[in-house]
Amino acid sequence: MKKLLALVMAAMMLLSVTAVLAEDASIKIAVIGPFTGPAANYGLACQYGAQVAADEINAQGGMQIELICVDDEHDPEKSVNAYTYAMDKGAQMIAGTTTTSPCLAVSAQAYEDRVFMLTPSASSDLVVADKDNMYQICFQDPQMGIIPADMIAEKKLGTKIAIIYNISDDYSTGIYEAFKAEAEKVGLEIVSVTTFTEGDTDYKTQVDKAMTAGADLVFLPIYYTPASMILRAAKDINYAPVFFGVDGMDGILALENFDASLAEGVILLTPFSAFDTDETVVNFVEKYTAVSDGVVPNQFGADAYDAVGALYQACVNAGITGDTAAEDACELLIDQFSTMEYTGLTGTMQWDETGAVNKLPAAYVIQDGAYVPLDK
Amino acid sequence: MTAFLRFLINGVSLGSVYAIIALGYTMVYGIAKMLNFAHGDVIMVGAYISYCGMQYWGVPPVASILTAMVVCTVLGITIEGLAYRPLRQAASLAVLITAIGMSYLLQNVALMIWGANPKTFPQTFINGASLNVGDMSISSATIITILANVLIMVALTLFTAKTKMGKAMRCVSEDRGAAELMGINVNRTISVTFAIGSALAAIAGVLLCSSYPILQPTTGSMPGIKAFTAAVFGGIGSIPGAMLGGVLLGVIEIFGKAYISTELGDAIVFAVLIVVLLVKPSGLLGKPMREKV
Amino acid sequence: MKMTKAKRNRLIYNVVTFALVIIAFFVLQSMIDAKTITRSLKGQLVPICCWIVMAVSLNLVVGISGELSLGHAGFMSVGAYTGAVVSGLLLNVYQIEDASARLAIAIVAGGLMAGIVGALIGIPVLRLRGDYLAIVTLAFGEIIRNLVNVLYIGTGDGRLYMSFLTKKLPEGVVMLVDGAKGAVKIKPISTFIAGFILVLITLAVVLNLINSRAGRAIKACRDNRIAAESMGVNVTKYKMTAFVTAAVLAGMAGALYGLKSSTIVPTQFTFNQSINVLVFVVLGGLGNVLGSVISATFLTILPETLRAFADYRMLVYAVVLILVMIFTNNPTIRSFVNRLIAPFKKKESTPGGDAQ
Repeated sequence: MKKLLALVMAAMMLLSVTAVLAEDASIKIAVIGPFTGPAANYGLACQYGAQVAADEINAQGGMQIELICVDDEHDPEKSVNAYTYAMDKGAQMIAGTTTTSPCLAVSAQAYEDRVFMLTPSASSDLVVADKDNMYQICFQDPQMGIIPADMIAEKKLGTKIAIIYNISDDYSTGIYEAFKAEAEKVGLEIVSVTTFTEGDTDYKTQVDKAMTAGADLVFLPIYYTPASMILRAAKDINYAPVFFGVDGMDGILALENFDASLAEGVILLTPFSAFDTDETVVNFVEKYTAVSDGVVPNQFGADAYDAVGALYQACVNAGITGDTAAEDACELLIDQFSTMEYTGLTGTMQWDETGAVNKLPAAYVIQDGAYVPLDK
Repeated sequence: MTAFLRFLINGVSLGSVYAIIALGYTMVYGIAKMLNFAHGDVIMVGAYISYCGMQYWGVPPVASILTAMVVCTVLGITIEGLAYRPLRQAASLAVLITAIGMSYLLQNVALMIWGANPKTFPQTFINGASLNVGDMSISSATIITILANVLIMVALTLFTAKTKMGKAMRCVSEDRGAAELMGINVNRTISVTFAIGSALAAIAGVLLCSSYPILQPTTGSMPGIKAFTAAVFGGIGSIPGAMLGGVLLGVIEIFGKAYISTELGDAIVFAVLIVVLLVKPSGLLGKPMREKV
Repeated sequence: MKMTKAKRNRLIYNVVTFALVIIAFFVLQSMIDAKTITRSLKGQLVPICCWIVMAVSLNLVVGISGELSLGHAGFMSVGAYTGAVVSGLLLNVYQIEDASARLAIAIVAGGLMAGIVGALIGIPVLRLRGDYLAIVTLAFGEIIRNLVNVLYIGTGDGRLYMSFLTKKLPEGVVMLVDGAKGAVKIKPISTFIAGFILVLITLAVVLNLINSRAGRAIKACRDNRIAAESMGVNVTKYKMTAFVTAAVLAGMAGALYGLKSSTIVPTQFTFNQSINVLVFVVLGGLGNVLGSVISATFLTILPETLRAFADYRMLVYAVVLILVMIFTNNPTIRSFVNRLIAPFKKKESTPGGDAQ
C-alpha cells in the first residue's frame, strides 16, 4: 500500500514538474469572435488582424504572446462558452469579443471573474458601462451618430436626409438613435427613415422611399455588405444622393468583385484607411493580405491589430508575464489603460475612466475606388 | 400611381426569385415527402460555382451556369444517396434533421472553400440592362427570372404529365408502396427528382444573386426559409402553387414594407400567411387533404 | 397481468429518468464544491438545464401530441423578455433585493406570459395539420421575434413605461427592453440549483401528463385522430393542453435563460434556435422524455468539446449530426446493432412504449 502511495506521489510530482516545464512564458491572449455563421467576415477580420500583430511582436523577440482564437458564432451563450474555454486554456486577458451582444454577455462574466477585456469592435456604450475591466478600441455608437450629424450640418452636405438602418442590429440602431437626436438639435430635416433586418434580400423599397421623399443625402449607419446592395439598388433606379456611412462602411471596396463606381462619392467615417500611404499601414496591409487570402483589411482588422498591440504595450509596462494570474493581470492592466497612451494603426488613443477610447475618426470620400480625405 | 407600379414591379421581382426556389422545394416535397432544408444551401453552392466559372475560370456566363447546374445535380444526387436514402423507411422528422445537418455542412464547407468575405455577383446578360417604361425601369434580371419561372413551370408540368419518368414521379407521390408494387423503381425516381430539384437550385442561385448580388455562405438560408413559406402558401406539392405563392409573397413583402412599415416587414408577411392558411388550410392551390377512416 | 407489467415498466422508466437527473445534479454540484469542474462546463450548466426543459416541452408537442412545431424558440423569447422585465421591475420599483425570490417570480411570470401567448396562438394553429401547422408555428415564431425587436420597456418614478415601434419613453427612464439591443442590463441571477428544480418540475409535469388520462387521449389523437374523435375524445382540447403546457414550460426555461446572461437579444430566438431544439427532440427519440434530456445535454456540450478541431468544429458537428441520425434511424444498421448487443441485453421492452 505504501509502495503504491509512493508511486502515485512520484508520478504526481513528475507531472507537476513537466507542467512547470511546459509552461512557456508567453502571454496568452484570447481572441473571441464569430468565425462561422452570418457574421463570420467580421470575426475573421479581427482574427487576422490580431494574428498579424502577434506575429510582428513575436518576431521582434523579447516577451512572446500566444493567441487563443475561439469562435462564438455571434451568439451570447456560445460567446460565454468560448470565453470559459479560453480561460480553461490559460488565457490571461481577452482581445474581444468582436460583436456587441456577445460582448455584453462575456464582459458581465469577465467582470465577475476579474479578467481584463479590450474589445476591438463591440461599439455599444453599454459594453463598457459600469465595468472597470472593460475597454474599447473602436468608437462608441453614439459618437458615430453625433459626429456625422454635426458634419452634415456644418459642411451643408445635404438638406433633406433619409436614413436606412438595420433594425435587428444593435450597432445600427444605436447609431441611428444618436444621429436622430443630434439631427434634431442641429436642425437637420429627416424626411425618411426605413429599416431592414438581417438576411433581407430586397433593399429596393427602402431606397425607393428615400427617393420618393426627395432626400438628397442618405445616412447609412450599417455594415458594408447591405450597403453595397443599397448602392446597387439606388443605381438601378438612377437615384444619386450623397451617401454617408460610418465605420461599418469601411470594407466596401474590399468586397470581392465589387463595382467601385457604385461607391463613387460615398462619404464615410473611419479610423483606418487601407489606402493610406503611411509605412505602417502599407506594412500592415501587406502582412494582413498574406494571412487573409488576399482580402484587404478594414477597420475590424486594424482595430484588432491595435487591441493586441495595446495589450502588449500595457503588459510590458506593467511587467505582466506569462506567469501572471489573470486576476492580477486585470488590476495591472486597468492601471495601465487608465493612464497610458497608445499609437497604433487607428491613431493615437487614450481611454477615459469608463473605458471608452478617445481618438479621432477621419472622414473620407470614395473617389476612383480609393479613400480620399474629405477636406482635401 | 407610378410609385405603386414600382413597388409592384419590385414585389414581382422579389417574388419571382422566391418562386423559383419554391419550385425546387415543392418538387422534392411532392415526390419524396420530405422538407429538404438543405435546398437553400444548394442554391448557394450553385451561385458560388457559377461565380467561380465567370470570375476565376474565365468561362462565359452561360457555360458557368451550365457547370453550376451539373455540379448541383451531382451534389443533389450525392446528398440524397448518402444522407437521405438510408432513412427512407425512418420517420419523416429524422430525414428533416438530417437535411438540417446537411444544411450546416454545406454552409461550413462553403465557408472553408470560399471564405467569409462576401463576393459581389458579376453583371451578366441577366442583369446587365434594364427596360425603361416612362420613369420606371424594370431590370432585365426581373424579366429573365419571370420568364425562367414560366418556362420551368411549363416544362415541369409537361414533364410530369407526359414522360414516363414524370408519370412514375406522380405515382410515387400518390402512393409510394403501390408504386413499388407496380414495378416503379422508387429510389431511382426520387434520385431523379433530387437531380431536377438541384439543377433548378443552381438556376435559382444565379437568378437570386443576379437580382440581389451579395454572395456569402449564408446567402441561401433566409431566401430558403421564405421560399419554403411560399411553397406552403401556394399549396406544397403543387407546381403552379409554388409559382403563385412565391410571387404573392414577394408582392406582400414589398407592399407591407412600402405602405405599412419596414420595421414590421416580416411580421406582415407571416401574418398574411397565417390568415390565408386559416381560410384555406392546404394553401392556395393545394389539394384538400382527404380524411380516410 | 398485462396492465401491471406496462405500469411497472412505466414506473421504472420514470424512476430511472428522475434518478439520472438527480444523480447528475449531485455529481456536478459536488464537483462545483470541490472546484474540480472546468470553467467551461460550469458555465454551461444553466443553459443545459434550459435546453433540457425546452427539449422535453417540445417533445410534448412533437413527440406525444404529434404536431410539428417550428416556433418553440418564440415562446422561449416571450419567457426570457418577461422574466427580464419582471426581474427589473421587482428590483427597480419594488426594491426586492432577494435574488432567489426575484428569480422565482420572474420564472413563474415568464411561464404565465408564454402560456397566454401559447393559448392565443394555439387556437388558430391547432386547426391545421401536418406541414401547414409547422409553417404557421414558424410564422408565429418569426412574428414574435419581429415584434420584440420594436418593443421598448423601461422603469422610472416607480412605474413601468412601455412603447411600441418607436422609442417614446420619457427622459431618465431605466431601459429594460431596448428594441434591437434586446433586454439590457439584466442582473444575472439564474443558478444551477434553480435550473435543476425547473428540470425536475418539467419532468414531473410532462411525465405525469403523459401517463394521465389526458396523456392517453393526446396520444390517441396523434395515432389516429378520427378514431379518437369518434370515441368521443375532444381532440382540440387535449391538443391545446399539450401545446399550452409546452409553451408555459418553454417560457419558464426562457426566463431562466434570460436571467443567466446580462443581455438577451431577439436574434437569439430565431427559427434556427427552434430547429436546434427540434434536433434535440428527434435525436433523443420522439416521445422519449429521457432521450430528450440526454440529447439536449449531449448536443449542448458537443460543440464545446469539438473546439479542439478549431476551424473544422462546425463542420465536424454537422457530420456527427448526420451520422448519428443515420445510425439511429436506418433500419438495417439498427437491426445489425441490435443483433450485436442482443446477447448482452436482458429481455426488456421499450419503456413507456412511446418511442416511435
